[in-house]
Amino acid sequence: MRFRWPLTARRWPLRLDDPYKTLGVAKDASQADIRRAYRKLAKKHHPDLNPGNAKAEDIFKRVSAANELLSDAKTRGQFDRGEIDAAGHERAPEPDYRNHAEGDAGRRYSRAGAGGWSDEEFGDLFSSMFNGAGRAGPPRPTRGQDEHYALQTSFLDAVNGTTSRLTLPDGRTLDVKIPPGSADGQTLRLHDQGEPGQNGGPRGDALIEIHVAPHPFFTREGQDIRLELPVTLAEAVLGGPVEVPTPAGPVRMTIAPGSDSGTQFRLRGRGVPAHGGLTAGQLYAKLRVVIGPPDAALTDFLRAWKPEHPVSPRQAPSK
Amino acid sequence: MNIEIVVAQVPGLQRPDLERWVANEWVKPDQHDGEYEFYDIDVARARLIRDLRDEMEVNEAALPVVLSLLDQLYDLRRRMHEISDAIDHTVPEEVRQKLAAHLAKRGG
Repeated sequence: MRFRWPLTARRWPLRLDDPYKTLGVAKDASQADIRRAYRKLAKKHHPDLNPGNAKAEDIFKRVSAANELLSDAKTRGQFDRGEIDAAGHERAPEPDYRNHAEGDAGRRYSRAGAGGWSDEEFGDLFSSMFNGAGRAGPPRPTRGQDEHYALQTSFLDAVNGTTSRLTLPDGRTLDVKIPPGSADGQTLRLHDQGEPGQNGGPRGDALIEIHVAPHPFFTREGQDIRLELPVTLAEAVLGGPVEVPTPAGPVRMTIAPGSDSGTQFRLRGRGVPAHGGLTAGQLYAKLRVVIGPPDAALTDFLRAWKPEHPVSPRQAPSK
Repeated sequence: MNIEIVVAQVPGLQRPDLERWVANEWVKPDQHDGEYEFYDIDVARARLIRDLRDEMEVNEAALPVVLSLLDQLYDLRRRMHEISDAIDHTVPEEVRQKLAAHLAKRGG
């Protein structure tokens, strides 16, 4: 690497200023006064603390030259007796950190990481420059902001579709068409219902996130719907027609005789209706046998009952 | 250059000072095989830290604050130079004049 010692002695044209005036001290000032005056001026004019300020740099040069002359009792005496003038003095290297720090070498001490131009680092200052907003000249049409809303809907409304009226904070009302088969968390986009544009730009959109409330007995898995269907002991043992609720209304279904608790029946096409290219889902009804309130006749019957094939439901099947 | 040369080049700088400044990451020389390699900017920075401490009465407790602000100042100035350079190389003369006129109007 290039050696810079003794660096930049006498690089600037020297002005033959009176060093006492430069430091603002009297001819008979003490060495301590001179030191204090120099420090005060150095704090203000040090060129590394005033990068790009040529005036500060010039003042600092003269202040430090004056200080070097006067801070040394020997050279001060020579100057006072007229043996040397203000220019006749060796000087220390000029501070030049600023020249390095502003160039590529300064990245070494960068606080901003690798020194790229990513949005995160300087986005606050320069984003407007790069995305075009805030530039001078005639105002440009800008599209309004999108606005976000949440809309709570019932399980059946989400499955079957409905129209729901939403009142916006600015008093406008929106009739939101919730399409059949809408799922929890799904977002609907209503074009041109967001914030107004500026300078003739179009409105933004309204984005509405659907929140579906749970249903007491339906649950949804994609296009299919599951349901636990309570049946009486008689319906389970004897079989027969029962009414099953579905999202589109009740239907009749025949239970085979001897259907146990947990038996599942499939009702084809009775799940979530066809929408958006998806075919209609299935409804799976799982039986749950309900014994009901105490019944003396049933109790007496069971006491007398001798099963034809005694089984214990808590043992694995012997097959 | 190695640490001895730096200490010799910067009057008023003692080797333990510089070693402490390196440990504090106020000065960041390269390191090769446990030896420091100082560049011009590191020497200039050591000289600046010495000036701050000896001439401007910024004691070492306050130095990190001053250095952090200075580093941010120089980051921004370097960015400004990069922008200015980019404008020089990419923006047509007519637009540059518009920019200059706009900035002059703002009193910048």
